[in-house]
Amino acid sequence: MGGARRPPLARFGSWLGVLPFFLFSGMFLIAPAVILAYRSLEGPDGTLTLDNYRALTTNTVIAAYSMSIRISLTTAVIGGLIGFFLAWAVSMGGLPRPFRSGLTTFSGVASNFAGVPLAAAFIFTLGRVGVLTALFELIGVDLYGGGFTIYSYWGLSLVYLFFQIPLMVLVMLPALDGLKQDWREAAENLGATPGQYWRRVALPVLLPSILGTMILLFGNAFGAHATAYALTGGLLPLATLLIGQQISGDVLNNPGLGYAVAMGMVFIMGLSIVLYSILQRRSERWLG
Amino acid sequence: MSGFLSLHGIRKEFDGVVAVETFDLDVEPGEFVSFLGPSGCGKTTTLRMVAGFEQPTAGTIRLAGKDVTYAKANERNIGMVFQSYALFPNMTVADNIAFGLRVRKEEGSARSDRVSELLDLIHLPDKAKSYPNELSGGQQQRVALARALAIRPQLLLLDEPLSALDAKIRDDLRAEIRRIQRQLNITTIYVTHDQEEALALSDRVVVMSKGRMEQVGEPFEIYNNPATGFVASFVGQLNRLPVTVEDPALGRIRLGRYELRTTSMIEAPAGAGLSLMMRPEEITLDDAEENVLEGIVETVTFLGSIVRVQIAVEEGKLIADLFNERLLELPEAGDSTQISFPPHACWVMA
Repeated sequence: MGGARRPPLARFGSWLGVLPFFLFSGMFLIAPAVILAYRSLEGPDGTLTLDNYRALTTNTVIAAYSMSIRISLTTAVIGGLIGFFLAWAVSMGGLPRPFRSGLTTFSGVASNFAGVPLAAAFIFTLGRVGVLTALFELIGVDLYGGGFTIYSYWGLSLVYLFFQIPLMVLVMLPALDGLKQDWREAAENLGATPGQYWRRVALPVLLPSILGTMILLFGNAFGAHATAYALTGGLLPLATLLIGQQISGDVLNNPGLGYAVAMGMVFIMGLSIVLYSILQRRSERWLG
Repeated sequence: MSGFLSLHGIRKEFDGVVAVETFDLDVEPGEFVSFLGPSGCGKTTTLRMVAGFEQPTAGTIRLAGKDVTYAKANERNIGMVFQSYALFPNMTVADNIAFGLRVRKEEGSARSDRVSELLDLIHLPDKAKSYPNELSGGQQQRVALARALAIRPQLLLLDEPLSALDAKIRDDLRAEIRRIQRQLNITTIYVTHDQEEALALSDRVVVMSKGRMEQVGEPFEIYNNPATGFVASFVGQLNRLPVTVEDPALGRIRLGRYELRTTSMIEAPAGAGLSLMMRPEEITLDDAEENVLEGIVETVTFLGSIVRVQIAVEEGKLIADLFNERLLELPEAGDSTQISFPPHACWVMA
C-alpha cells in the first residue's frame, strides 16, 4: 500500500522552491555552454566549420593545454599531500583543539583567496623586491640569484598552492573525522600495528576521498585565469590565457579557436567532475 | 589470584574522575561472564582495560598466568566484538575475517581454510564475497564475531554486541553467541545494560553501578538474592513499599494498618523504617493466610505471556505480573482487589 499522495498544490510549491536554481543554471551555465559550443563551430565568416577543432592540434594549443595540465597536476598532488597531512595533524595528530578551529577558519578564507589580490600579495612578498625576498637576502639567501622567480612555472605553482592546500584541508577534515575509532581498535585488537592499520584499512578507506579531492584541486587550478594573468601577464602559455588572447587579444584574434579551446577545457573539467562524483560516492558509502 | 583471567585491584580515573573503583574478579577458563549495569557504570571501561585500549590507574590484569596490565592491545591475543560491528568497509566478508590472520602472516591456504570454517560456524558460507554494506545488521555482527574468533583468541570480549539490532534478531543472535561460545569453550566477557541478555547468557553476572561492583553471582542468585537495593531494582522489576520493623526475630513488619511477615533476615531493630521488596511475579490477586493487602486496580497491560497489573495500595503502588492462562480472569481498572505474597518471597532493605 503506498502512502497518501501529496496534494498537487504542495507538489507545485516544492518545484517553485527550486525554480531560482533552474533559472540561474539555465541563464549562467547551460545557455553560455550552448552558445560556446555553437561559436566554437563558427568560422571567421560566420559559416559552420570544424576548422577550430582541427586547430586544437597545433603546437601552440597543445603547449597551452600541456602547461595547464602540468601545473594543475603539480599543484593538485603537492597541495593534496600537504593538505592531507595538515588535516591529519589537526584531526588525529593530537594537536590542541584551538589549532584546528584556527586552521579551519584560515582555510575557509585562503581557499577563496585568488585572482589579482592573491597575485599582488605574492608579488609584494616574493617578487623581485618583495618583503620576503629582501628578508632572505638579509640572511644570505638570494632567491632570484638562485634561479627562483615568482613569474615562472614553480612561482605560479607556489601561488596556486596558497588556495589548493586550504581547499584540501577543508575537504579532507570531514573525511578523516569519518574514520571510526572502532576500526583502529578492531585492527589493533586483531594484532595489527599502527602501520598495518593505515596501510590496509585507513588509507584504502580514505583513498577515494584523497583522489577525489585531488581531482577537485586539479579542476580548481585548471580553470584559474585571473591569478595567472595578473601574475605572469601571459608569460606562461596556459589554456585559460590562450582563450583570452584569442577572443579579446589584438595580435592572436581568432574567437572561434578561443571557443574551441574553451570547449576542450569544458570536456576536461566535465571528465574531472564525473571522476570526482564516482570517487565521492564510494567515499560517502564507506565514511558516511 | 587463580582465574584464567584475573583482575586484581583494578581502578581507572580520567582526569581525577573515578570511572572504575577497586575491581577484583577471577574468570575461569570457558566461563561466560557478563558485566551488567546502566550507562556510565564503568563496565565498558573495565572491558577496554582488559582489551588493552585503556591502562588502569592501579591494579593488575593477568591472562593465562601472564601479567598483561601494560601489554599493547595487539600483543594480547584477545578477540573483541564491538557494538558498531567495526567491520572494515573496504574489505569483503572473507577479507574481514582473514584480517587478523593476514597481519599475523598466516599462510594462505591455512588462512582460507580458517575463513571457510568460520563462515560455516556463523552460517554465512555464501557471503564470503559480500561487502559489509550489503549485509543486514545481524549478519554484520556475526561476521564481526567470526573475525574476532579467527585469530583463536585466548579470551573473547563482546561490548554490547546486540544493542543496535531489532528485538527478534537480537534474540536469535543471543542464542547463536551462546551456542558458539559453548562449542568453542572460549572464555568470554560480555558487556550489556540489558539484564535479560545478561541473565540468559551468563554463567556469572557482575552487576556494576557508579564504577563499583555491586554483586557477582550466578543469574539465579543475582535475581533471587540481590545483595543491594541497586541490584534488586536494576535486575528485573521490583516492588518497594515503606515498612516499619516490629519484631526482627520473627520477621514481623508493619505496612500502615497491615501486619506482614518475611522469612528473610531483618538486620534492624524494632521501630526502624525499611523498604519491603518483592518481585511482581510473586504477587497473586487473591487472599491467603498471610501478607494480604487491599488495593484498587489502576491499569492492566497485556504483554503477551504475562499480564501486568498496577495496583494502588495504602502506602504506594504495586505491580503484579500474572501468567497469561486461557482461564485467567482479567481485572479491570477501578476494581477493588486483594493482593497477597508469601513470606518467603519478600525481603527488607534499608
